[in-house]
Amino acid sequence: MTAFSALARRLRRNLVVIAGLLTLAFLILPNVVVTVFSFNKPNGRFNYDWQRFSTDAWTDPCGVADLCGSLSLSLRIALWSTIGATVLGTLIAFALARYRFRARSSVGSLIFLPMAMPEVVMAASLATLFLNMGISFGFWTILIAHITFCLSFVVTAVKARVMSMDPRLEQAAQDLYATPLQTFLKVTLPIAAPGIVAGALLSFALSFDDFIITNFNAGSTVTFPMYVWGAAQRGTPVQINVIGTAMFAVAVLCVLAGQLLGRRRKRS
Amino acid sequence: MTLATDHPPAPPVDGALHRSVRRKKLVPYWLLLPGILWLLVFFAAPLVYQASTSLQTGSLEEGFKVTWHFATYADALTEYYPQFLRSVAYAATATALCLVLGYPLAYLIAFRAGRWRHLLMVLVIAPFFTSFLIRTLAWKTILSDGGPVVRALGSLHVLAVTDALGVTEGHRVLATPLAVVCGLTYNFLPFMILPLYTSLERIDSRLHEAAGDLYARPATVFRKVTFPLSMPGVVAGTLLTFIPATGDYINAELLGSTDQKMIGNVIQSQFLRVLDYPTAAALSFILMAAILAMVTVYIRKSGTEDIV
Repeated sequence: MTAFSALARRLRRNLVVIAGLLTLAFLILPNVVVTVFSFNKPNGRFNYDWQRFSTDAWTDPCGVADLCGSLSLSLRIALWSTIGATVLGTLIAFALARYRFRARSSVGSLIFLPMAMPEVVMAASLATLFLNMGISFGFWTILIAHITFCLSFVVTAVKARVMSMDPRLEQAAQDLYATPLQTFLKVTLPIAAPGIVAGALLSFALSFDDFIITNFNAGSTVTFPMYVWGAAQRGTPVQINVIGTAMFAVAVLCVLAGQLLGRRRKRS
Repeated sequence: MTLATDHPPAPPVDGALHRSVRRKKLVPYWLLLPGILWLLVFFAAPLVYQASTSLQTGSLEEGFKVTWHFATYADALTEYYPQFLRSVAYAATATALCLVLGYPLAYLIAFRAGRWRHLLMVLVIAPFFTSFLIRTLAWKTILSDGGPVVRALGSLHVLAVTDALGVTEGHRVLATPLAVVCGLTYNFLPFMILPLYTSLERIDSRLHEAAGDLYARPATVFRKVTFPLSMPGVVAGTLLTFIPATGDYINAELLGSTDQKMIGNVIQSQFLRVLDYPTAAALSFILMAAILAMVTVYIRKSGTEDIV
């Protein structure tokens, strides 16, 4: 009886740990399924039921038509929209964090609104503009759409970093006769860099994985998420799971390597 | 030291000083110009275009004209109000589930994880690295009719109860409201966990000790100290979950049937398949207005207006 009540008390004390780990399992489960099913050999067109083990898809990841083409298109769009959004967003963030000027609050809401709106609304309105202007849908319309919705996230990330920066560091640099340009390049930029990198990484991830806005503004151009969407209707090749698993593995390795490096740097 | 003698600060002439001050005043506007111009052209102008489109009548062949046809709004609402209500109900349920599921995990990472904190953080973010459409499709496998989840729920008589409640149908989970809400909860859960974690992590742990020293029981400490202090995270998390969930059409399309169509599905098919642009535009505006109204009331009620 006492052993039982001790166990019960222990369970109750660790209830939050158990609940938290269950939630974590809920979050990770689909990734496990994606990985396991990348080794499946389905009978029909759809890869939803387990049949038998096979490494066919891993040895031939580009074996289905258009899949790798859509992947490289998505990477290119993510790269260019990251560059565009990071440059435009960083400039705005500096203006907002460093200067008092008229129309500050309206600029603030112009930045905030795109994030506070469901994606469909933005997607449909932008597509309406392109239709009205007679611009044909494709690479450029996707790129414009992605820069537009990534911009606000970059501003938020960079602004938070610049706001938390000690302005006396820049004053000190100027007291030591650094020109404004030198101050910016040697003091301001290095301190703001983590915020800029965070904003850039976020917009790369957002752009690469975006579906709704692309769905409205792509025309017949097929990005990787568009390919997966189409596959959900026509039949899902196992290669989709291979690419999903590979992306997951590469990203996790990068994060772990980054943490190891950071720890080593801290130690030395 | 040579620096000082090399560059003696030259006293500027009066006019030059004036000009440099004025130039400095213009700096923020130059910084803003490209980005704001971009947002005005590709974010604000499209909304104006959409407003005008929603008031147009016509057909694809003859072209659309602005006729101030406000009836489109009334027609859209009367025809699609079930999808509107369904979207709000699904999104609200998913948001509540995200809060209930996400809070313990955020709490665990913030206070109980110790040296595992970084690893747990990585595990929360890691699923993002696989395209969310692929992960949503994985739920088709997890919830499939003969699968272990459905069989377990069936043998525990859970499905009998949910069938009676109308959340599932015919002893299956796929193509039912439960599957769609499950997909929404899963997809937006990290957007709940991250702000919750940020606000929990900021809490000074000495406050917990103080409450304990004053003989508060753990449950009381949570109710009176931890939870109130995490309110900014709760508000931010619920907004980050509710807003995108209301406009979502991916989960309803992939995991639901025609009976679970949400308002996003209607807008998408009106725009991309039916090509009825005025109705699609009117529906987007109603959705936007409804969400802005709900969010404003919510922020006022929760008393954290500085969240923006």
